[in-house]
Amino acid sequence: MTTAPPHPFDLARMLAGQKFDPSALASMLTNLGHSGWLGMQYHAHGDDWVELALPWREELVGIVGDGTLASGPIISLMDNATSMGVWTRRGSFAPQVTLDLRVDYMRAAVPRKTLIGRGECYKLTRSIAFVRGIAYQDDPEDPVAHVAGTFITMVGQ
Amino acid sequence: MTIPSGPALAAIDDLLPPYARELGMIAERIEDGLPVLAYDFSNRVQGRPGYLHGGALSGLLEMAAIAALRSDLARRGVVARLKPVNIAVEFMRGGTSQRTYALGRITRAGRRMANVVAEAWQDDRTKPIATALMNILLVPERD
Repeated sequence: MTTAPPHPFDLARMLAGQKFDPSALASMLTNLGHSGWLGMQYHAHGDDWVELALPWREELVGIVGDGTLASGPIISLMDNATSMGVWTRRGSFAPQVTLDLRVDYMRAAVPRKTLIGRGECYKLTRSIAFVRGIAYQDDPEDPVAHVAGTFITMVGQ
Repeated sequence: MTIPSGPALAAIDDLLPPYARELGMIAERIEDGLPVLAYDFSNRVQGRPGYLHGGALSGLLEMAAIAALRSDLARRGVVARLKPVNIAVEFMRGGTSQRTYALGRITRAGRRMANVVAEAWQDDRTKPIATALMNILLVPERD
């Protein structure tokens, strides 16, 4: 088994003409590299959004002597969830890179609890995907964080 | 600016949380009194093959911003707990499979809020791969 995630252009060729199904492809997109180390898993999806789950563990703690998650893992979770939200809205996979991502922290994540990241693509143009999302634990009405960002679609090589 | 000895860098390393250590972050050197953090490329920070994951890069930028603020507060004798309010990351270039550095600079640190910018680069300091802007709330620590 290779430890590197698939190359996006290889993945694009492999998935050409196929409808993007986040539940089927999440493991390939999140099991390897940084996302794999973090331990992200598929949780749910709709027409233009995807939810990924990030179980708590000690290695992801951000404050010495505290059990609070670092915010790096939260940014990574939201980067992946919003990115998959774009392909879900588009209905197909296309290589893209993050242009910018802003995260507002409403509160600290409760230690030892799984964090859910919901990423939604609310506008898609030929080049740019506009995304937003929340990270929450039990209740989406009481989010840990709100995010907003943009992705740019890569032109084929 | 004098280059501080090993103990100063070790003290900054000691403050790095499990998340930072697990990704291989270290305090590499001190520049103008502020720590340059770094990590080597590994599978743990990899996104698409051969490139850094944007979240792993954001994590390095955030740790550099916090480490810079801690150094600044310590020098001024301010004891406070840091609560990040938000972070905005801009990605300029794909981070490739080599060592990555990040340095935070304090734009303003007042009584309640600090505004910090952090920049990440690889082999060419004049070509940043990403920048982050952080607003951090300072909560007075009672002891």
